[in-house]
Amino acid sequence: MSPRHPLSFSVNGESVSLLVDPRRHLGDILREDLGLTGTHLGCEHGVCGACTVRLNGEIVRSCLTLAIQCEGATVQTIEGLSDTGEVADLQEAFRNRNALQCGYCTPGMIVTAQDLLLRHPDPSREEIREHLSGNFCRCTGYHAIVDAVATTAQARAAAQAETDELAKLHA
Amino acid sequence: MKAPAFDYLRAASLAEALSALAQHGESAKLLAGGQSLVPALNLRLLAPEILIDLNEVPELKGVSVENGRLRLGALTRHSELERSALIREHAPLLAEAIRHVAHPAIRSRGTIGGNLAHADPASELPACAVALGAELVIAGQGGERRVAADDFFEGVYATNLAPDDILVAIEFPLAAPTRRHAFLELSRRMGDYALVGIACTADYAGGALRDLKPVFFAAGPRPTLAVRAAEALDGKPLDSAALDAAVEALGQDIEPEGDLQISAATRLHLARTLFRRAVAALAPEAPLARKQETAA
Repeated sequence: MSPRHPLSFSVNGESVSLLVDPRRHLGDILREDLGLTGTHLGCEHGVCGACTVRLNGEIVRSCLTLAIQCEGATVQTIEGLSDTGEVADLQEAFRNRNALQCGYCTPGMIVTAQDLLLRHPDPSREEIREHLSGNFCRCTGYHAIVDAVATTAQARAAAQAETDELAKLHA
Repeated sequence: MKAPAFDYLRAASLAEALSALAQHGESAKLLAGGQSLVPALNLRLLAPEILIDLNEVPELKGVSVENGRLRLGALTRHSELERSALIREHAPLLAEAIRHVAHPAIRSRGTIGGNLAHADPASELPACAVALGAELVIAGQGGERRVAADDFFEGVYATNLAPDDILVAIEFPLAAPTRRHAFLELSRRMGDYALVGIACTADYAGGALRDLKPVFFAAGPRPTLAVRAAEALDGKPLDSAALDAAVEALGQDIEPEGDLQISAATRLHLARTLFRRAVAALAPEAPLARKQETAA
């Protein structure tokens, strides 16, 4: 066995320190050592997207990121994004539109969709499909997922317009 | 699947990485973005004794314009190729091609150095490097050397890198304002590996393409500059007859193989189709007849 290495990083706002085998990927550490089982492992070779998490503000495949590479990093999982309310509206839109059936791909879908909406608040359906192209869903046929993301984008744009309007009135 | 056991070293400098690589030789693997290496580990296609992590090596980072060239540190991530205004200005072909490379959550980690050193024959960036006349800066025990992209790629996953070499940076000539480019690829789904693709740069003046560099990927063991097809067009009035001749000549430039997805004949047919589309995209003002693509 190769020696274990110390690892300190932040997960969903909490500091975590542990010893890890270099061979273990981030997804396994999140699930098995930290009990954060919202991050799902599908293919474990970077194809399916179920294990997508946010690392230092960028979405990554947690199965293709070795945990030991996360020294000093900031990781956010679906649990963190849910607890802060950051993706509450996306989750609600997924529920309303039946954009999940078995739900296995959903955490990765939500993390990836939120990444798109932060970078491109007004995406076309084509752009939504392109951004989600690395996340496989075997149940829905994707149409409802694209609907849910598009609906969320529109709702956020409307809310933003209202905020801007109020700010103008108070200025 | 889970990766086999290996040890891990986070190199803090290029000197440390080179020395660790010299010490461990072929039992070591260099880790950059890890988007090809970690799948291979997870599938147990590889069993290195140690990974030497390059991600904290400062000499491998940075995007800059130096001495009239665009220099990309080997650790430049695909997401930076997408977002960097400097890259878009000086090597717009890269910014266009990168959208075809995998998916956002992979582009955030994958690096240009790792991509080129991996030398996957279906990969987009090696073809771009050849089409742009890039030069690769390589550090080894004997110091630094430079290799033209066209000499760097030797075959399927095979490059000019020696076992104790590290790719440090990739330098591109700055794109002249008049230089044109086209990038086209066919794949089953967005982000999948290409069935076949083309990266092409050229000048267009006086009704003719000049200094045409059509480079195919997923059409042979390494990115292939279609020399004869380019010659058939270079400096000659660009019309349908000239394009037909070039498309015919393409059959001597590339000899694609068939695989589980498509036959060799289909791949050559698609390459010819992409070549037509690329030329039309490079010179939209040229008098080219709209041809039935099935006749390619």
